[in-house]
Amino acid sequence: MNSRTFMMQGNIAVAEGAIDAGCRFFAGYPITPSSEIAEHLSKKLPEIGGRFIQMEDEIAAMGAVIGASLGGLKSLTATSGPGFSLKQENIGYASMTEVPVVIVNVMRGGPSTGLPTLPAQGDVMQARWGTHGDHPIITLVPASVRESYDMTVQAFNMSEKYRVPVIILLDEIIGHVYEKVTLPDPLTLELVKRKKPEMAPDDYLPYINDESMIPPMANFGDGYRYHVTGLVHDETGFPTNDTAKIEAMLTRLNTKLDKYQDEIIQVEETDTDDAKIGIVTYGSSARSSRFAQRQAREAGIPVGMLRIQTLWPFPIQAIHEFSKKLSHIIVPELNLGQIAHEVEHAVRGNAEVLRVNKITGEPINPEEIILKIKECV
Amino acid sequence: MDYLPYLRKDKFPHIWCEGCGDGIALKAILRAINNLGLDKDKIAMVSGIGCSSRTPGYVDFNTLHTTHGRAIAFATGLKLARPELTVLVISGDGDATAIGGNHLIHAARRNINLTVLLYNNHIYGMTGGQVSPTTPMGDFATTAPYGGMENNFDIAGLTIAAGASFVARSTVYHAKALERMIEAAIKKNGFSLVEIMSPCPTAYGKINKKGLPKDLVLNQKTQAVNLEKSKTMSAEDLRGRIITGILADREIPEYVNTYDKIMSSAQRR
Repeated sequence: MNSRTFMMQGNIAVAEGAIDAGCRFFAGYPITPSSEIAEHLSKKLPEIGGRFIQMEDEIAAMGAVIGASLGGLKSLTATSGPGFSLKQENIGYASMTEVPVVIVNVMRGGPSTGLPTLPAQGDVMQARWGTHGDHPIITLVPASVRESYDMTVQAFNMSEKYRVPVIILLDEIIGHVYEKVTLPDPLTLELVKRKKPEMAPDDYLPYINDESMIPPMANFGDGYRYHVTGLVHDETGFPTNDTAKIEAMLTRLNTKLDKYQDEIIQVEETDTDDAKIGIVTYGSSARSSRFAQRQAREAGIPVGMLRIQTLWPFPIQAIHEFSKKLSHIIVPELNLGQIAHEVEHAVRGNAEVLRVNKITGEPINPEEIILKIKECV
Repeated sequence: MDYLPYLRKDKFPHIWCEGCGDGIALKAILRAINNLGLDKDKIAMVSGIGCSSRTPGYVDFNTLHTTHGRAIAFATGLKLARPELTVLVISGDGDATAIGGNHLIHAARRNINLTVLLYNNHIYGMTGGQVSPTTPMGDFATTAPYGGMENNFDIAGLTIAAGASFVARSTVYHAKALERMIEAAIKKNGFSLVEIMSPCPTAYGKINKKGLPKDLVLNQKTQAVNLEKSKTMSAEDLRGRIITGILADREIPEYVNTYDKIMSSAQRR
């Protein structure tokens, strides 16, 4: 057996993925069902020269990861719904100041304290719009333990490359399920580091609007003495009330990911070529969906499945293309239809969108999806 | 001394009102930095939200203007990532003891090597004069039209109780003493806090009929009583007075040093 083969839960796969991605700073606060990430990193990070700190609250943890990232360390925090709510203001700060950070939310039932030990997918819209104002964000949704590892590596790469907060949405099932995984040799991973300024400090414009739309980022202490603020700023980094500069800055901020969406947006298609009925799903609901899709195929019903891996920016184009050949699209999710709305928007009337929802803290039973498929036949 | 090498000249004029103490405090900070001969590249100044928190915009260091109350949390991450930096936190009474109170006491408890320069003006100045945790009871504010009804924080006492290595208090009237305290605070290996009494004539002085802006500063001269003298005075006599001086200076394990020791042993295993 390969020495990198383990029985491992999704939360630990996130922690291991972070280490292999080069993360050397973690700040967090205990919360079920994410705490294993912090526990694992509290042991591992000191062994490899990294920093772990348990902060006094979730807000502080989010602030600390931004501070550490400005110091040059790839930085991670992990939480669940209530803590994710508390982090939102500083997530907006990271988005506005373009400081790379990765945030894991192992989703549990909500609202409020909700169902601490039970799974849900109720934070998918919060991941997109939880902080105030228009802002860019990337959100990845793994559906297995191995994918939790891979997406954590990707999250750091995307965060560093595009200077944007990247959210990884696990749910309690993916966070806690144990699966056999063989992890890659970390030396084979392609790792991305933020682009550093090449000009002299006097010529450095920390928020320059160049062709890449992603300004180079100097670390604090490296000789580029610049200003970082959550206020709307111009290319120099200082606050501005000049409407032309406000427009230029906020336009670049909110469109910078458009330029790279082909490399950001990922979906996995299964049996879609001849499908007449589609399933669009994500995270642990994709596991129930895949079982149902396979059973439907065995019964001779042409069902195909599109699994969303990058939730934000939303894969509008992929879902739109998929919908062209379908009569119905079923959207199973552990909430009351948050992503079904987005799917309807992407489908633009090509197919009828049906929902399979559950908010009782139980996973979706494949039988419930099969019943919905039969309604479409 | 020449202040200009430390300033971003093109960012002036500053936002502070005539008679505000924040400019005097800034000069004391810059003199302390100059006395210590610190390299500008190795200084980070982190602030939250408020009038005093605009200071980082004017100084030529690595500067970070964060969210309301959270400067110490950001500074904690930065210090852990870059222990070689001198990390200064600029905050106000509302920023550091109301919305950010949790971070203040926990950073003091950890005794992480940050220097917090906390400007106490008894009011929320930037938002127009609302009552703060340090508005003296009975004093007026735009959200205390009948006078403040709440007891106040003793910021220095709070920070000492929470475990900081070094805590001092001075006023902008005593600018020279303030400079020496800031210098000592920066030199201290551990969490240090200097409470800087900085009057706000606009949002606090006017509504409370405290006289002209200069009177607020001059009042500090008569209000101040040094720590030694205060020990001989009754609680009654100390009411309304400002106890100044180095209030705590003690050796307590510093957090990053402790972390580094544990990290070394973890790496050897």
